[in-house]
Amino acid sequence: MGKYIERRLFHSVFVVFGITLIIFLITNVIGDPVVLLLPPDATRADYELLRRELGLDRPLHTQYFIFLGNAVRGNFGKSFLFNKPCLSLVMEYLPATLELTVASMLIAVIVAIPLGIICAVKPYSILDRFGRVFGLLGQAAPGFWLGIMAILLFGVKLKWLPISGRGSFAQLVMPALTLGFFSMAAIMRLTRSSMLDVLNKDYIRTARIKGLPGKWIVLKHAFKNALIPVVTIVSLMLGRMLGGAVVTEIVFAWPGVGRLAVQAIYLRDFPLVQAVVFFNCIFFIGINLLVDILYIWIDPRITYEKKA
Amino acid sequence: MNILFLKKFPIAGGTILFLLFLLAALAPYISPHNPVEQNLTNTLLPPFWEKEGTMKHLLGTDNLGRDILSRLLYGSRVSLMVGFSAVFLSCLIGVWVGLLSGFLGRWVDSLVMRLTDVQLSMPYVLMAIAIIGALGPSTLNLIIVLAVCNWASYSRVIRGEVLSVKENEFVELAVVGGCRTGRILFLHILPNVVNTVIVLTTLDFGRMIIFEAALSFLGLGVQPPAPSWGNMLADGRAYLTIAWGLATFPGLAILFTVLATNLFGDWLRDILDPKRKKYMTGP
Repeated sequence: MGKYIERRLFHSVFVVFGITLIIFLITNVIGDPVVLLLPPDATRADYELLRRELGLDRPLHTQYFIFLGNAVRGNFGKSFLFNKPCLSLVMEYLPATLELTVASMLIAVIVAIPLGIICAVKPYSILDRFGRVFGLLGQAAPGFWLGIMAILLFGVKLKWLPISGRGSFAQLVMPALTLGFFSMAAIMRLTRSSMLDVLNKDYIRTARIKGLPGKWIVLKHAFKNALIPVVTIVSLMLGRMLGGAVVTEIVFAWPGVGRLAVQAIYLRDFPLVQAVVFFNCIFFIGINLLVDILYIWIDPRITYEKKA
Repeated sequence: MNILFLKKFPIAGGTILFLLFLLAALAPYISPHNPVEQNLTNTLLPPFWEKEGTMKHLLGTDNLGRDILSRLLYGSRVSLMVGFSAVFLSCLIGVWVGLLSGFLGRWVDSLVMRLTDVQLSMPYVLMAIAIIGALGPSTLNLIIVLAVCNWASYSRVIRGEVLSVKENEFVELAVVGGCRTGRILFLHILPNVVNTVIVLTTLDFGRMIIFEAALSFLGLGVQPPAPSWGNMLADGRAYLTIAWGLATFPGLAILFTVLATNLFGDWLRDILDPKRKKYMTGP
């Protein structure tokens, strides 16, 4: 297992390098940062001057290694917008995004897994029908639109909840539900189908014949075995949430990194965009790594011996 | 519980989708008004069933007096076109890469798999934001971004399928018989994975429509005054307190389209690709 984690860590480091390369290419090859920075009426001489100042006249690979060296040390330069180091800005805004993401995932998991189990235990019951409709709708509705609708209903019409900002618990409710809704539906659907699958297995029948209590069978025998695909989708959804958080943060004026990134794009603050994308990726890779290690714990049959 | 009822008639999703395409195609003929024509004396009208609504603007007008129904109809063209192109492009890239990686194996496979790892480790929206930030927002760039951010999942799945298909004797025979790689990939392997491709693309189509809306909502996709469901939502958000319809109708349109696509995709999967059924939906 130690060896596996080691290999997995090495692999993650490779992915991080890949990401720095892509971020570098996106900003320096596809787009020209100098053009983005200069006002529209700048002259050719201004262009050359700024280009030299930013070190963009050097060969591309040299630029990349300089960028990489800085990125590894968390140095993405100063944000033009805030005139502060990007790293400290990201760190300043990151807690809000994490709070939102964690709250959304908690809500999603707390609702989805029990609902999925109940639907699977009593298929074709009224609750199951409700669960399936919820699953279908939840995967078809754009999250940010649901957010807007929630604002309309609970914020504007009923005036139950504040419609923007961060600070109080009430302000967290709507953004977290909005961001968590899609994941909730997806996790519910998968829990349900995975449980249905397991509940039809022979060992469950054996347990029933042995006369074990139904609840015990469902929770101890079936759920533990149905958990692996559920853990996979939870991790996938967590990654997806980091992306979804961008739009949710805009809708609810939530002061997180996603909103920061969008502001940075509008105002062409490229170092800041690079920093936000980079840290989000690192976070995402970290989650995937954790999940892979978690699998070994959930399912001792997984050894990863053969997998490269 | 009407949606489950629809599920019993599997063709329903496909029919709705077909009707949507038809509406989009006929938009210039059936739209009651010009979608970009402003009328500042008629702004923010409610839909016809409300007290101040008129039959002239069935779903009301927006902040610039433009007819919402017409904008929705024209917006469907943009959404469907962007969704379709993005899926087509990403599938084209992804399937080729997946075929090559699965069939050639060795260093090509390792390289491609590491690339997909990198690709799949980047949060979608953020990467799209970074690319559009560099390219500038436009409909074409939006399609490119959606395709570029999406090919990796196709490659992964197709590679897996190819790995199992290429173990078949007919592939070995083709190799022994001296077929060129291109011929083997095209004539022997591709037909065996094409069902998977069809199912994946259908299910992806709805996702692309949502992403189009999200990016246009952020102002990074389809640019005004051209109507798209995403930028209509963005406009509507500003007038939430005085005109509820502005943000509600485009969202309903997206919901309806994606729901139809998903139902259609589920049905296709059940008939074309029964293996995959068990992990994606319940029975």
